[in-house]
This record gives sequence, structure tokens and C-alpha cells, in this order.
Amino acid sequence: MAVLLTKESKIICQGFTGAQGTFHSERAIEYNTKIVGGVTPEKGGSKHLNVPVFNTVAEAKKETNCNASGVFVPPPFAADAILEAVEAELDLVVCITDGIPTSDMQRVRREMKGSKTRLVGPNCPGVLTPGVGKIGIIPGHICKPGRIGVVSRSGTLSYESAVQTAELGQSTIIGIGGDPVNGTNFVDALELFLQDSDTDGIVLIGEIGGTAEIDGADFIRSWKGKYKKPVSAFVAGAAAPKGRKLGHAGAIVNSGAETADAKKDSLKSAGVTVADTITRIGDAMRIAMGSK
Amino acid sequence: MDIHEYQAKQLLSKFGVSIPPGEVVYQTHEAENIVTWLNEDKIVVKAQVHAGGRGKAGGIKICSNDSEVIKTVDKMIGMKIITPQTTESGKIVRRVYLEKGYQIQNELYLCITIDRETGGNTIIYSKQGGVNIEDVSEKNPEEIHSIKVAPGSNLLTHHARTIVYGLGLSGSIAKKAQKNLLSIYKAFVELDAAMIEVNPFAVTKDGEVLVLDCKASFDDNALYRQRGVAEMKDENEYDPLELEAARHDLNYVKLEGNIGLMVNGAGLSMATMDIIKYYGGEAANFMDVAGAATPERVAAAFKLIYKDPDVKGILINIFGGMMRCNDIATGLVNASKEVGLSKPLVVRLEGTNVEMGMDILKNSGFPIKPVETMEQAAKDVVAMVKEKK
Repeated sequence: MAVLLTKESKIICQGFTGAQGTFHSERAIEYNTKIVGGVTPEKGGSKHLNVPVFNTVAEAKKETNCNASGVFVPPPFAADAILEAVEAELDLVVCITDGIPTSDMQRVRREMKGSKTRLVGPNCPGVLTPGVGKIGIIPGHICKPGRIGVVSRSGTLSYESAVQTAELGQSTIIGIGGDPVNGTNFVDALELFLQDSDTDGIVLIGEIGGTAEIDGADFIRSWKGKYKKPVSAFVAGAAAPKGRKLGHAGAIVNSGAETADAKKDSLKSAGVTVADTITRIGDAMRIAMGSK
Repeated sequence: MDIHEYQAKQLLSKFGVSIPPGEVVYQTHEAENIVTWLNEDKIVVKAQVHAGGRGKAGGIKICSNDSEVIKTVDKMIGMKIITPQTTESGKIVRRVYLEKGYQIQNELYLCITIDRETGGNTIIYSKQGGVNIEDVSEKNPEEIHSIKVAPGSNLLTHHARTIVYGLGLSGSIAKKAQKNLLSIYKAFVELDAAMIEVNPFAVTKDGEVLVLDCKASFDDNALYRQRGVAEMKDENEYDPLELEAARHDLNYVKLEGNIGLMVNGAGLSMATMDIIKYYGGEAANFMDVAGAATPERVAAAFKLIYKDPDVKGILINIFGGMMRCNDIATGLVNASKEVGLSKPLVVRLEGTNVEMGMDILKNSGFPIKPVETMEQAAKDVVAMVKEKK
């Protein structure tokens, strides 16, 4: 079954005819992803990459019955694109765009209250289910079908995790992104993997800044005695200087609870196998699986 | 993006926030006119640098006559401010702010920031404002309060009331504080701020409520629509290498160590800093070659790191999904020729055509060591830099 992106997913790309939208849609089609169309205002009625282009998401949904979207729209217009897909009631919106103003995402958060749409991202590598398809920029060839769920704030660290768990394979890889205000968080992703009968173990890759990892650890702690899915984790940023911003808008260490060490300790105390370095995340997952 | 105290105050005052009268000077002689204009018994001279803890580092002086002000300004311009928030070498003072001094009754603390958990904003406040706020939060955390404002919502009057009463204010002073607070919040939202910290938020002996010191930082992603804020950027506050990196669209932060790093992706960059530390080294920089790791971008990034005199060895760690490692390797060898590479360079590449890339690096004739894993790369570069010492 996998999570989020399954055989039932019919996907459109917003910002379809732009350079990024085109390049990554081509890669997704090569990976046999079911891309049923795309949206670029003013280009409706034409064809691109052999599928139809629509002016609006609502129109695309009416004609293709799509239920998922990948957003590759430039930052000033991306929040609006997300909300367009939400209003069209798609099940899944994955926003790859990096550089969306935080206050725009705060508005998205407000508008999405009570919505049935799941947002992944923004500023994320997307979602990939090996052998089924991908929305976003995760390279297909490094992922292998299998039973490990990967959830990561960082794109490149999710790639490292995929390579290191190659012999176990992955059910789905979810990049949740590094922005301070985003859609899907660790707890949401853990919940999805927990309910998924095709996922046996979970890799969680966190970063300094925010408390999403601590929330994830608290959630895992609450499984005690009820569920048994082994979790391994790594948290990047142990060497980061306090108060300095390192790339991701999210990765700022402000308080004690937001440091890499505090997060690692919290995960450890919840029974998670924590890797000292990212190069040991595969080993950590195997150890966690063995002690299942 | 951070701005100076005086700039933050200028912005806030446009929203109706009460600030002391004051003016910035760049040179001592400019202070003479300002002193005459202010015409106050007590003038505070404040070094303008992007770092907290200025007061304790000699960056804030209270002067009681004109000649004392001039002397203090003269001393302060060009001096180095070293605080726990600066690097060891400190920051040079290039601008000084002169403002009216007050008799202070009460120093309070206020801070508005983004709340990741709710996606809204948080207002943090305390009766115990002033220079020791960090000690308060450590030793008496019950003295620090906060209120959350829902995503995309305004600060409502009842929120503001809760806060000013929580600050122990009443009567006309509470009213003034409430008006200021609502205005500060409005500025926060309309200017796309990431954080506005007022410390102290002061009550004077004659019953005024003022923003006495203020730090503000803004959402870089929103600067394209906040031109007035963007123009306040003071390039002197940034490391020259950081400015050059920004011009190349590279995500670079100068750090204290001696191992230069070039990595693609913010997460992998941090994880590379971590593994260097794990094996006993220290990174000279954070560098995320954001976006596509093309040979041109890789070469530009490499030359920038190489320029840093603190760098004794370099580690390149690139995990490109679709990029061709042979192209990256060729770009690196060409850049090595340009700089006449003499510092040890360890390279780990992952992507397509890895073997071809490795061969190009091995046969380059430069001290480049291609390795297969990130673990090996970290161990090797730490050992090579130690050997060199």
C-alpha cells in the first residue's frame, strides 16, 4: 500500500511548463509516475510532455480526476497555488518551492484549518514510493522497493538514508521540508507509517531548530505496549553555532530544547535507535529492526 | 536579515510606537549638531552592531554633558565590541546612536516571534526585563510568560490587555503599553518580521512607556516585497566571504574552525560539520551549494572556500542525484589549476559516473584525495589537517 503516494494516485504538476516543473515532471514520467496533466495559467488547452495543460486546478480535476499535485510555482505565487489545490479538494499537495515568505505559509495554515487535503512541504524534496512513482525531486534510482518508511526534514539526508537502507528497501520516502511553518510534520508522518501494513520500520531525520522532533519522540513514547514499529533517527546540527542561521529557514537554534543533543536525547529516551553520524543511520535501522 | 537598533526604532516609530528622540552618527563631528538638537541633560551613546550583550562590552555609555558625549562618540567609533554573540575577533563599531536618557522606573521584556508549533506567532513577555533576561529565563523560568496568536490572526485587544496586566501595569501606563504593543505587533506582521525583541520595554519615572532597546530580524524570503527593510542591510556586518557567497547564490556561513566545507543541501552540510566534529576536527564554514550542483557553481564555491586564510584543508561532499560526477570532477580540477591548489582536498562524490569522476581526480596531479564514503572523507581530512600543523 505504502503511504501518501500509491497506485491510486493521479498526479498533476502546478507550474508544469516552467523549467523546474518540466525537468522534474520528465524525471517523474521516466519513473512511471501517473502524471495525468499539469496547470499553467494562460497555457490551458495545450499539451506538454504528452499530457494536457489546464488553466486552473479545478479544471484539471474535472477533466482528469486527479487527486494529487506537485507544486513547482515560484515563491511569490506558491502559497496561492497551494490554496488553489486545497480548494479543489485534492487529497495530497506536495510543495517543492523553496523561499516562500513565512507569513504566506501562516495564511496557508489558517486557510487549511479543517481541510481534508494533506500538504507536504514547502521547501522539501517531495514524496517517493519506490516502484510506484514520485512527486518532487528525489532521484528515483537510489530508492529500492521495501519496508522502511523514511521521513526527513532535509532532502540530501533522505537520499543518504535511502542509499544506506537499500537492502531493506523503502515503502515511502517523505521529505517534510525545513521551513518554520509547513504542512506535514514528524507526528503526521509517523502516524501514517504506523498505520501502513507495508512499513516495518521507520527512519526519522531531524535538524536543529523547532521542536518537531521532540513532538515526534513524545508520540513514539505513547506507543509503548501498544505498537511495535522500530524507529531509528539522526538529528543534524550538533556542531552548529547557537543563534546562527544555516540554510534552512527552520534550522536556527534558539532555545535548549531545539539543539541537536536535546532532540537526540529525547528520541533515545523514547526507545529510538539514534545514529551518532548520518553515515550510521543504516546500521541504526538494522539494529532497531533486530531488537524488534 | 538583521538590522541595527536605530533602524528598528525608526521602523517602529512609523507604526506609532513610542521611542526616545535620537539620531545616528557615522563620524565624531556629526555628534556636535545632534547634541545641540537633542538638548538633553542626559544622553545615551550606543554602539550600533548586530550583537546582543553590547552594554556589558562597553558599547553603551550614559553621558551627562556635551563634551562627554563627543569624547565618548570619538572613542566608540572604530572600537571593537566582543560579546558572547560575536566571534572572538568581535565587531567594529561604524555607527553610533545618540538618544535622550531617562530615569527608568521599570524594565520589562517583550518579544514577538514565529511559532513553529501552531504556525502562528508567539509573544513572550516578562516583568524582569533588562540585561539579565537570559539569567531570568534560566533561573526563574516562571517569570517568563507567553501568549500565542493563531496563524494569520491579529493581536486582539484582549491579548494585549492580558500581556500588560501580566507585566504588572495598570491605569494610564497600562493603556500606553497596550497601544505600543498593538503597534509593535502590527509592524511585525506588515513588515514580514521574523523576530522583534524589545528589551527593555521601559516605564520611565515620569510615566512614559518607551521602546528603549530593540532587535529586529526579518524573513529573507519576503525581502523582495519589503524594499524599505531590504535597503537597511548593513554589509559591514557580514563577513566579506559571506557577501561574495550571497552574490553567487551560495548558502555560506563563516565559522571558527579550519576545515573548509563544500556540500550540497543544508541538511547534508550540517551533517558534514557534525561528522568532522565527531572525528575531532572543526569546520571553517557551512556551505550549501544550494540548487543544482553544476560544474560552474561547484568551481565558484570551491574558489571562495579556498580564499579563506583560516582554511587548512578542504572537504567536498556532494550527493547529486542526477548530476554527473565526471563533470563535477573536471570543474574541480580546472578550479584547482586556477588557484594553484596546495591545501589538502578530500572529495566524496555520489551520483552517476562516480568511477570516471574519481579517476579524473586521482590523475589530476594535485593533492586531491577521492574517497568512497563520507565517513572516510571526514576521517581523512581531519587527519590531514592535523598533520599539517
